[in-house]
Amino acid sequence: MKKTQNVTIKGTKDGLTLHLDDLCSFEELKNELTKKLSANSRDQEDRLISVRVKVGNRYLSTKQEEELKSLIRQKKNLVVEEVESNVITKKDADRLKLESEISTIAKVIRSGQVLEVPGDLLLIGDVNPGGTVKAGGNIFVMGALRGIAHAGVSGNDQVIIAASVMKPSQLRISDCINRAPDQAAEDESRSMECAYISEDQQIVVDRLQVLMRLRPNLTRFEGGS
Amino acid sequence: MGEAIVITSGKGGVGKTTTSANLGTALALQGKKVCLVDTDIGLRNLDVVMGLENRIIYDLVDVINGRCKIHQALVKDKRFEDLLYLLPAAQTTDKNAVQPSQMKKLINELKQDYDYIVIDCPAGIEQGYKNAVAGADKAIVVTTPEISAVRDADRIIGLLEKEEGIEPPKLIINRIRNHMMKNGDMLDVDEITTHLSIDLIGIVADDDEVIKASNHGEPIALNPTSKASIAYRNIARRILGESIPLQPLEEENKGVFTKIKRFFGVR
Repeated sequence: MKKTQNVTIKGTKDGLTLHLDDLCSFEELKNELTKKLSANSRDQEDRLISVRVKVGNRYLSTKQEEELKSLIRQKKNLVVEEVESNVITKKDADRLKLESEISTIAKVIRSGQVLEVPGDLLLIGDVNPGGTVKAGGNIFVMGALRGIAHAGVSGNDQVIIAASVMKPSQLRISDCINRAPDQAAEDESRSMECAYISEDQQIVVDRLQVLMRLRPNLTRFEGGS
Repeated sequence: MGEAIVITSGKGGVGKTTTSANLGTALALQGKKVCLVDTDIGLRNLDVVMGLENRIIYDLVDVINGRCKIHQALVKDKRFEDLLYLLPAAQTTDKNAVQPSQMKKLINELKQDYDYIVIDCPAGIEQGYKNAVAGADKAIVVTTPEISAVRDADRIIGLLEKEEGIEPPKLIINRIRNHMMKNGDMLDVDEITTHLSIDLIGIVADDDEVIKASNHGEPIALNPTSKASIAYRNIARRILGESIPLQPLEEENKGVFTKIKRFFGVR
């Protein structure tokens, strides 16, 4: 029986694309890959060639991915740009889902309590002084924010913090930290405001209405007008 | 089957012990069978405030270690006919001598014989606090109109909410000084209740009589004329389920006419 090949190499104008079959065993794949690469190696060329690896419906563990990468890297002028797979684990999928979700929580975050969510946080309640809320994405507080809010924990600096009553003891967005002035002006209404990182990497507190211009990506609703 | 109420605050010196003593007394005045339990092991003083110090023979740790029966350790308050008892804390050991599970068992045993168990909690959120809340069904958080006390009350409420088997806590604001609150030098009652977002069960004005009474070993609740006493009695009646409006802290501008009316006993 004639076996179709497990490794197909295609040249594009950006470099090479390796299509790896997803039905054969991993060992077979490695062997054939080594063979193919040695056969086609052009050691005389100095130019670096970027390689995209497409593994189809095969799930690669981090270790396997490293193995493939190192196999390819052994050929001097090949650089692995990325490894693409159509499948991810349920765990990763759940994480991705949570990160893009809004967690709605009805609670008062009191002194000493820490609330952390992977995605956006919609808190229906207050954050009292000494309490902390953290989110991988944006933070929306329907009540009074009097404690600490940290948005974009994993380093996203495009996120915002919005609160009905904005009197935080500290605001953190990504790596930026800003604290309340020592002498807070009592007469300021401080209602319905938002905080974001301005172009000069400072946390700025402003009216909610500026967001539609500064962070158009906040709008997730598609369709309509 | 009675119910156990823990009096707690987080911060020290806001009046937990005074509140425990007076609520216990006020509940007994309403004809309920009450047992006060002091869980501040090593720093007991509920017995002193109640004026029962010299009658202590056994204490809470003796009961838990099986050195005596519960009824042997209970100190009876002679001012009441078989209504008010105190289970004093030990003075010689520390708070680690007792485990929450043991406390729970003890409180459950007391609940068979008494209508209300009032548990005086020590300051802090460590072992002593855990022991005190272990057997409780309800909780009352005491705070004063100071930011530090309110902050600690907030922390305690958070911990109480996590505790299983305890109803949402109620709030007592103690040591209110009316003139300071009016001038805005002190947090006002509304501010504190919205901040802590729990139900208010009573407010108690700062009153020199309270300290005087404590020093004599007589809870102020026994004295029917004092403002603080009325406040404590009202709280006790609210615990019993009556709905009583908060008494005004003090009459607004006292004119000559009001003074004359007062003089003649017209209110």
